[in-house]
Amino acid sequence: MEKYDIVIIGGGPAGLAAAVAARKAGTKSILILERDRELGGILNQCIHNGFGLHTFQEELTGPEYAARFEAQVLELGIEYRLNTMVMDISREKLITAMNRERGMYQIQAGAIVLAMGCRERSRGALNIPGYRPAGIYSAGTAQRLVNMEGYMPGRKVVILGSGDIGLIMARRMTLEGAEVKVVAELMPYSGGLKRNIVQCLDDYGIPLKLSHTVTDIKGKERVEGITLAAVDERGKPIPGTEEDYECDTLLLSVGLIPENELSGQMGVELNSVTSGPVVNESLETSVDGVFACGNVLHVHDLVDFVSEEAAMAGKNAAHYVKDYVEKCTEKSSGYGKVISIQPTGGVRYTVPSFIRPENMVDQLTIRFRVGSVYKKCYVSVYIGEERIIHKKRPVMAPGEMEEIKLEKSRLIGCRDYETVRIQIEEA
Amino acid sequence: MEKKELICINCPMGCPLTVETEGNEVLSVTGNTCPRGESYARKEVTNPTRIVTTTVRVREGREKMVSVKTETDIPKGKIFECVKQLKDVELMAPVHIGDVILENAAGTGVNVVATKAVL
Repeated sequence: MEKYDIVIIGGGPAGLAAAVAARKAGTKSILILERDRELGGILNQCIHNGFGLHTFQEELTGPEYAARFEAQVLELGIEYRLNTMVMDISREKLITAMNRERGMYQIQAGAIVLAMGCRERSRGALNIPGYRPAGIYSAGTAQRLVNMEGYMPGRKVVILGSGDIGLIMARRMTLEGAEVKVVAELMPYSGGLKRNIVQCLDDYGIPLKLSHTVTDIKGKERVEGITLAAVDERGKPIPGTEEDYECDTLLLSVGLIPENELSGQMGVELNSVTSGPVVNESLETSVDGVFACGNVLHVHDLVDFVSEEAAMAGKNAAHYVKDYVEKCTEKSSGYGKVISIQPTGGVRYTVPSFIRPENMVDQLTIRFRVGSVYKKCYVSVYIGEERIIHKKRPVMAPGEMEEIKLEKSRLIGCRDYETVRIQIEEA
Repeated sequence: MEKKELICINCPMGCPLTVETEGNEVLSVTGNTCPRGESYARKEVTNPTRIVTTTVRVREGREKMVSVKTETDIPKGKIFECVKQLKDVELMAPVHIGDVILENAAGTGVNVVATKAVL
């Protein structure tokens, strides 16, 4: 059976950055497994600009950003396999994979980095009545069809959900000659980045209807139209507000869900808010030696932060492999005290969920999202009753990931099982 | 005098900006909470520009499409003309990142380059 020190599941932005960092941290035997026909993952279909401002200090398109990391992977001689689907991972890190050439086969890994990304929420999750006609696509599927396969999904388009992919596709379909009639958003605020609302909708005069949803899809063979209605504060359609739109295509941009079937099967503990693994300061999951990063851990807005997070996971996986060989002992036990991070008062979740202070870097980035729009507020961090961080933020929104830095020096004196609370406070 | 409403994109605040113009001259910018809002508004009403990204067909390559972009930002009013010109372009593989696909797109003096390799 084949053996690798580190096997990385997924060759998208997270997997590539993790592989590069693991190699730079000294691990020689690394394998990336990718199910698609090329490396780069979702970046290959994100042909718009706006990537890389943090990582490379220049503005790149998705394919260009991916190419930078692919070049590093090739230069470092890191092995990868395309068209390879991972079927199962055991707690002992035995990976069962499948491809056309080898059939079903197994690989023993010393450490694993989960980098499978996320999947789009589909119509089935939304309870929209109507038939099942052709012409209903998730925004990401439409993006792949237009940008990679060269097909136009339709000519008259309505978009439900104002996630970033939906906004990007509103512009893309318009440039390709389609008429995008409206973008409807159930919530009273958009789930997308402000810059995308301006540059993808306002630039092209596409209306954004907040607190609206699709209540009916017309057409049996092909979408012929949809009904839009305003919703109340509980998200229920308000009778009498219905408006009909004639269209042949409905794109859904209604959320992304980390793809954790493999993680779940192997018994990795998942966070019910993020649908991603619960991880510690090293981005290690509840299964020893299994790390997670990128959109499989929690859905990101910016790939630059995915790369940063993934590099940390890759580096930690490399350290894990090295320690394991040197000490030949279980690592996660005997690492001293554990501090949990508790999201409260408007903070929905944090990554990581707990910290072993002895093991943390001097300044650890904690990423989180808030549950609604906050203006002129503070992000506060408490240990017990003591407030250790009180950072002013002019505005925070669920669509924009936030971060704070925790100092090792502040946590090292904590008692075992002490809680660090992160919350939003009004000014 | 003319009034224009904009949303600032420099940060998540998204300040609603009001710009008063007289011909090509900006008389005032209000609604911004920082200086970045004012310079954004001035640029947006006098000379709004964007980087344009789209795809072009490729023959005999591993993929059917190659993604492309304008090398720098071009006037907003030229976006559709630029995309339309690229509709008529068909390339032969191989295409490399940075290859010039179209020179002087829509008369802007800006070249369109490939952003992906199609071999």
